[in-house]
Amino acid sequence: MTVAPYVALIPLLPLAGATVLGLAGLPLQRRLGKAAVSWLACGTVAASFVLAVAAFLQLTTLDPEHRLLLVRLFPWIHVGTLGVDVAFAVDPLSAVMILVVTGIGGLIHLYSVGYMHEDPAYWRFFAYLNLFTFAMLTLVLGDNLLVMFVGWEGVGLCSWALICFWHQELANTRAGNKAFIVNRIGDFGFVLGVFLLFWSLDARGHGTLVFRELATHARLLAGETQWGVPVATLVTLLFFVGATGKSAQIPLYVWLPDAMAGPTPVSALIHAATMVTAGVYMIARLNFLFAMAPATLAVVAVIGASTAVLAATIALAQNDIKRVLAYSTVSQLGYMFLAMGVGAYAAGVFHLMTHAFFKACLFLGSGSVIHAMSGEQDMRKMGGLREKLPATSTTFIVATLAIAGIPPLAGFFSKDEILWQVYSSPYGSPTLWAVGVTVAGLSAFYMFRQVFMVFFGPCHADHETAHHLHESPATMTVPLWILMGGSVLAGLLWIPHVFLPFEAWLEPVVGVHVAVAHHAELAVELSLTLFSVLVALAGIGLAYTIYYRRRPDPAVFGRVLGGVPHRILLNKYYVDELYELLFVRGVLLVCRMAAWFDLRVIDGLVNLSAAIVRGWAWASGLFDGYVVDGAVNALADVAQFVGRRVRNLQSGAINAYLYVVLIGVLGGVLLYWSLVSAS
Amino acid sequence: MGDLSLGHFVVLGGILFALGLFCVLTRRNAIGILMGIELVLNSANINYVAFARYNQTGYDGQVFAIFVIMLAAAEAAIGLAIVLGIYQSFETIDVAATDRLRQ
Repeated sequence: MTVAPYVALIPLLPLAGATVLGLAGLPLQRRLGKAAVSWLACGTVAASFVLAVAAFLQLTTLDPEHRLLLVRLFPWIHVGTLGVDVAFAVDPLSAVMILVVTGIGGLIHLYSVGYMHEDPAYWRFFAYLNLFTFAMLTLVLGDNLLVMFVGWEGVGLCSWALICFWHQELANTRAGNKAFIVNRIGDFGFVLGVFLLFWSLDARGHGTLVFRELATHARLLAGETQWGVPVATLVTLLFFVGATGKSAQIPLYVWLPDAMAGPTPVSALIHAATMVTAGVYMIARLNFLFAMAPATLAVVAVIGASTAVLAATIALAQNDIKRVLAYSTVSQLGYMFLAMGVGAYAAGVFHLMTHAFFKACLFLGSGSVIHAMSGEQDMRKMGGLREKLPATSTTFIVATLAIAGIPPLAGFFSKDEILWQVYSSPYGSPTLWAVGVTVAGLSAFYMFRQVFMVFFGPCHADHETAHHLHESPATMTVPLWILMGGSVLAGLLWIPHVFLPFEAWLEPVVGVHVAVAHHAELAVELSLTLFSVLVALAGIGLAYTIYYRRRPDPAVFGRVLGGVPHRILLNKYYVDELYELLFVRGVLLVCRMAAWFDLRVIDGLVNLSAAIVRGWAWASGLFDGYVVDGAVNALADVAQFVGRRVRNLQSGAINAYLYVVLIGVLGGVLLYWSLVSAS
Repeated sequence: MGDLSLGHFVVLGGILFALGLFCVLTRRNAIGILMGIELVLNSANINYVAFARYNQTGYDGQVFAIFVIMLAAAEAAIGLAIVLGIYQSFETIDVAATDRLRQ
């Protein structure tokens, strides 16, 4: 372990950028222009990237077993046996992640300079983007589960803010809220997982949330059960619920396609390259726990494979350029989870990285297309854009080849490794492999369907749009070229059996859970590889025949396949409608009932008690007015009455008084005499 | 002297007292009232001296009569002073008109 204070700057620089832009972005933009905002936003991320490279280089100088850079900022929560510090750690896994986040994130910042140039809320966009970078870096650098959770929630918040970025449109804010709420469901699972993990470990004397200590003490949970279920299975299932939310897996994937309502750089950064891979990262980070829970691994693999198939089939019928990419992302994330589920953590993380390159390139390319098409996203209105957008189309086509898994591009290596591990791992099975290969073929088909619809054939744009067609500025094309380079070259980090720096690099973190003694099966592996490449080529060929040669015509193709399946795919298996019916309606009904209860019963009770108090006050007011005041007034009246009568005696005439005295005396004497004589 | 009995003196005192009382009750003039009071006091003196002389009880009655005369003198002095004060304030000595303690 090496203490490296500069590591803290990697997340804190974008935070500083976000703070300045968030608090003073508007005056900055007005006084110094948008260039100042761009420099600040891109500069902080670029600086983080430089520091990330430095951290990576420092890691390479250390022994593989001691590759850990640590910085403790301050103690955070120390209560009872719980001790949590705000600490950042760079190990081989998080080094890969920070390079992806700051590298691709930086390129997307640069791209946004061109893409968002006309937007009046330019500064706000970059404030969110910087804040997102900070949150994502916190997520991957966090030394314990709680710091990771801060990042986990932070990226969700920024995702919400950026999907809702054009909040004047109701649809955008609805999409943002949907993303946030669906994510919250997953986050709930994550939190419960953290609680259960800490609680179970604490009961066995080693309560901790720090990853390294968890890795040491996790075996305490081996064979332990809670409520009749192995603790490790329960904990990992809860964490997996969190992962399905963040990484858009069945059943919580529905938010991701809608999240395309945000600006395209956001789709590229958050909803393709970084945030949605958080679930994959988390499983790789907690691989020691998942390794103890074969049941969870099976669930992960099956969910991953099902998601991959489901999303790939939906993507076949979509006509929105970004929605195809969104479902493609869900499908590829399913691939990563399939890899995680069979214990191929290194392969999954490798696919995460290559996918970040080519999917970011594809999204940015689609953004460039949308930019050129004056905001049009319907692929049926595009076509023949290759001549008009040479840079965009070249990079887009290369990235599509990469995602289709054509050798020797990056996607080929990562996808092929996953497929091979799925086939050969003790957790995998040929069935899952067959599913994976099918998805590969479907991916190749729908991606090339997109390429042919957008860049080839006759142009279907209206005259006005066609007139304005133009290649994007350099700030947008340069990131495209760089990402294309990454999509081509990243695969070289993993050439099976020959050159495996990536797997070796991650070995200290994820270990080698899968037996690697595959050399005897080289022939099997090669034939499987050949088969998957042939499937991909077949997909491309089918797309070429239908969408380029138009023989059979796409419309005929759709009819031949039957209207009903096509309509089901176009409507995304009606899952949104199902959720609407099952959950949203129910929740809204409960909300309405609660509102009714609140309005009628709770408010009624409050109003009733108010009415009672008012009635009581009225009655006691009456009592006070008539009884208490009445008694006082009556006393005064009696005194006044008596006074008025008695006053007449005091005439002021002394003679009168003397008469009274005389009469009194005489009366007294007479009374005395009568008494004396009577006795 | 032998034919003068105690009864004569008592009747004389009673007449004097009645006259004094009548004077006090009927006069509206303050000085008249004071004069009536003198008559009442002197009727009492006659009674004191007469009872003392006929009952042979020493000189207590005579001494009391002298006290009363002295007291009447003092009373007359104070009464006349008050009457003077009243006259200065009210410019009348009619007791019916002076029914207020302040002007």
